[in-house]
Amino acid sequence: MADLTTNFAGIRCPNPFWLASGPPTNSGDQVMRAFDAGWGGAVWKTIGEPIVNTTSRYSSVDWNSQRMMGLNNIELISDRPIEVNLREITEVKKRYPKHAVIASLMVESQRETWQDIVKRTEDAGADGLELNFGCPHGMSERGMGSAVGQVPEYSCMITEWVKEAARTPVLVKLTPNVTDIRAVARAAKRGGADGLSAINTINSITGIDLDTLTPRPNVGGLSSHGGYCGPAVKPIALHLVQQIASDPEVGIPISGIGGIAEWREAAEFILLGCSSVQVCTAAMHYGYRIVEDMIDGLSHWMDEKDFATLDSFRGLSLPRVTEWKHLDLNHRIVARIHPEKCIGCDLCYIACWDGAHQCIHRDGFAKPEAAEAATRASIAVTPIAKLDSHAGPEGKTPPERIPHVDEDECVGCNLCWLVCPVPGSITMEKVETGRPFESWEERNRVIG
Amino acid sequence: MSKMEFTSNDPNPESRVPNPESRVPNPDPRFPELHPALDAHAAAIEASRCLYCFDAPCTAACPTHIDVPRFIKKISTGNLRGSALTILSSNVLGLSCARVCPVDVLCEGACVMVRENYKPIEIGRLQRFAMDRFYEDPRRGTPWRAPTPITHAEKVGCVGGGPASLACAAELRRRGYAVTVIDNRPLPGGLNTYGVAEYKLRPQDSLREVDMIRSLGVEFRQALVGEAVSLEEIEKEFALIFLGMGLGTMQRLGIPGESLHGVIDALRFIERYKTSPDFRVSGRVVVIGGGNTAIDAANASRRLGAEEVHLFYRRSEREMPAFKSEYDRSKVEGVRFHWLAQPMEIIGFGARAAAVRFVQTRLGAPDHSGRGAVIPVPGSHYEFACDMVIPAIGQARLTTLLENTRGIAVKNGLVVVDRPTGRTTNPRYFAGGDCVNGGREVVDAVADGKRAALAMAAQIEQ
Repeated sequence: MADLTTNFAGIRCPNPFWLASGPPTNSGDQVMRAFDAGWGGAVWKTIGEPIVNTTSRYSSVDWNSQRMMGLNNIELISDRPIEVNLREITEVKKRYPKHAVIASLMVESQRETWQDIVKRTEDAGADGLELNFGCPHGMSERGMGSAVGQVPEYSCMITEWVKEAARTPVLVKLTPNVTDIRAVARAAKRGGADGLSAINTINSITGIDLDTLTPRPNVGGLSSHGGYCGPAVKPIALHLVQQIASDPEVGIPISGIGGIAEWREAAEFILLGCSSVQVCTAAMHYGYRIVEDMIDGLSHWMDEKDFATLDSFRGLSLPRVTEWKHLDLNHRIVARIHPEKCIGCDLCYIACWDGAHQCIHRDGFAKPEAAEAATRASIAVTPIAKLDSHAGPEGKTPPERIPHVDEDECVGCNLCWLVCPVPGSITMEKVETGRPFESWEERNRVIG
Repeated sequence: MSKMEFTSNDPNPESRVPNPESRVPNPDPRFPELHPALDAHAAAIEASRCLYCFDAPCTAACPTHIDVPRFIKKISTGNLRGSALTILSSNVLGLSCARVCPVDVLCEGACVMVRENYKPIEIGRLQRFAMDRFYEDPRRGTPWRAPTPITHAEKVGCVGGGPASLACAAELRRRGYAVTVIDNRPLPGGLNTYGVAEYKLRPQDSLREVDMIRSLGVEFRQALVGEAVSLEEIEKEFALIFLGMGLGTMQRLGIPGESLHGVIDALRFIERYKTSPDFRVSGRVVVIGGGNTAIDAANASRRLGAEEVHLFYRRSEREMPAFKSEYDRSKVEGVRFHWLAQPMEIIGFGARAAAVRFVQTRLGAPDHSGRGAVIPVPGSHYEFACDMVIPAIGQARLTTLLENTRGIAVKNGLVVVDRPTGRTTNPRYFAGGDCVNGGREVVDAVADGKRAALAMAAQIEQ
């Protein structure tokens, strides 16, 4: 059985699944229920001078009848007094000594204020600190959150203040709302950070109510931009994690955040170098119980792949991400359609014609418009089973609806394979070009 | 005002019929709908399953070539009016077709999902959802396009008020022709109003469609062509004439005892219970015939109170022309089937039918229809006691007049036409629907009417 125990810059816990700082970690009662459900750690809802929130606070993007592909929020940090949060941290640590409790912090940008909250939080028993330099809405207008995280010098300075006082590991949570996330990551490293959390939410307006013309969430007829998270942001988060994980000037542990809802995504973040992962939206959507499959699924996959510990596969995909100029220009694949599996939706055909390189064809029609016109001109009648002969054998795709690929013209872009609804009906096949590996960089050098 | 109020832009007040709700009873609780409606959320989820095939097989399979993926996509984007107009632009009777089409052998039967062992998209129910919303919309009273100005001097007359005529009339009216639909019944709509089983289509729905077509500017007139109005008068008024008169009354069995009390042909039976809420059936009912109308009548008899319903067909289960889904449903309703039985006589007790005498048959070499010829087995007569007899053996073809006086070719009682155009052998007459195809589906009639309309317009405009 795979060993999921985690050691993040000295913070130990039974597994790498942490609840991210947010509504699911707002109180001691919640965090204890989360630990009972199986979470390995929790980053406490950001502690600081209590704030006043608005109603409403969330809005989302649904996709294809599924709810909450992306979630947006304009909620601020904890609205509960600092001492209440700290008292509950003490209580949780007393009852759950083996689980990780990391306190997320955000206070005014003054050395004494920061050092005071650090001291009080560590005295309460927190296993580590996460400096919230990422929150992109509300708090940033008050000079905190992403207002700090968007300026490398501020991030470095506050990290230094915290490190002067801190006895536990210090993580800096990064905002994605910057041009190059590595600049802030390096600044945090310079300030002495022990680890990084990435990413925080992305500036967003999720949509506009077409009756009231007010963007969501609607707060008394007005709205404000919020922070975007959930499944939609995972690809962006993975890229930013890869950026900092492969930067030699950073080189400290990363806690991966952004759209993680299941074990496969957790594995992806770990393969790009993360030491733990944090989850918020999925727990808000389905509750703490989702962690059971995250643990279970990751364990089974590790057993299947012979990975005994998290360290045995951490970062294995990093060397497989490179710059475009290093990719092999002589690598060639082409699409192949397997007629026995094709159901005749012809989405590959129209996708290739309108969205790619016009190399998938239907016999008898020079262009898609001609195919469609032929249908409109045809005469169809309701068949009467006992009187009319059937057009073809039951359940078989009519041959004229099975397109074929002109492999000489196919550029191997993958689009047809991506739109095909039937697994295995289109495959991308390697074609031997007989030419050796040659990257753009090499080709350019030869030409130069 | 009620939803059924006729629109005020009716160009010809004389052609109005009274509010049909006062003439047609409300939905009958004995006939709950076969396929209940989808609600908005269920429709959106079902719509999102559609793959949006290119040159979709469902569209090809639909006789009127409704752009199915396009109207479904519009449901999923919340563009419900656009969805309905997409349907109506191909099939002006989209509401009734959504309810009566045998979708399992048409659009849904062609759905590519079937080949992936998935449930096909519920195209029929989605179409019904879009059409129901269209007709519930308060803007419904306005036609989906303002009545097109009349730009042609030539008037067109459509004989018969059923689906073929309605489709032909709507198409021509939208192209700027003055069109009059002439029907001999008090309410237009033909079999949609009078002849489709209640659990599939209610008269109110048919009349909504008639109302909408009227709002496009089509004129309706009640008259029996060939009797109250002569062909000469029709030909004087109209440049071109579309024949969509259907098959008329049911064919008679041609056996003794047909005029006894308790013998009622299937179409009159369906019309009767749809228009009389108190209509009841009791005892043992014999239905004669193996088509979909026979099944409708048999099912309705059960629902209306018959203790036993027996359906007799002169060939075997394998040759029965009814759709399998209809046959299966009928078995669930408790209808009992008797094969290879040909009626010889209806025996009366006094003036009432009391039994049917049948002879057993066997099937010989295929006849002109491709099915085994029916051969009576000598000495195999038997009597079957009953309280009511419903013959449902196809419909009579009243086209003799046209054949004899207008040189319109008729074969086996059906008007002969050129399929893509509906052209008859008389250049002033076009035809479509049951009087051409012998009795198929509503959607086939609509397609015939539409094709004929295009050909008629082309003939005038050339």
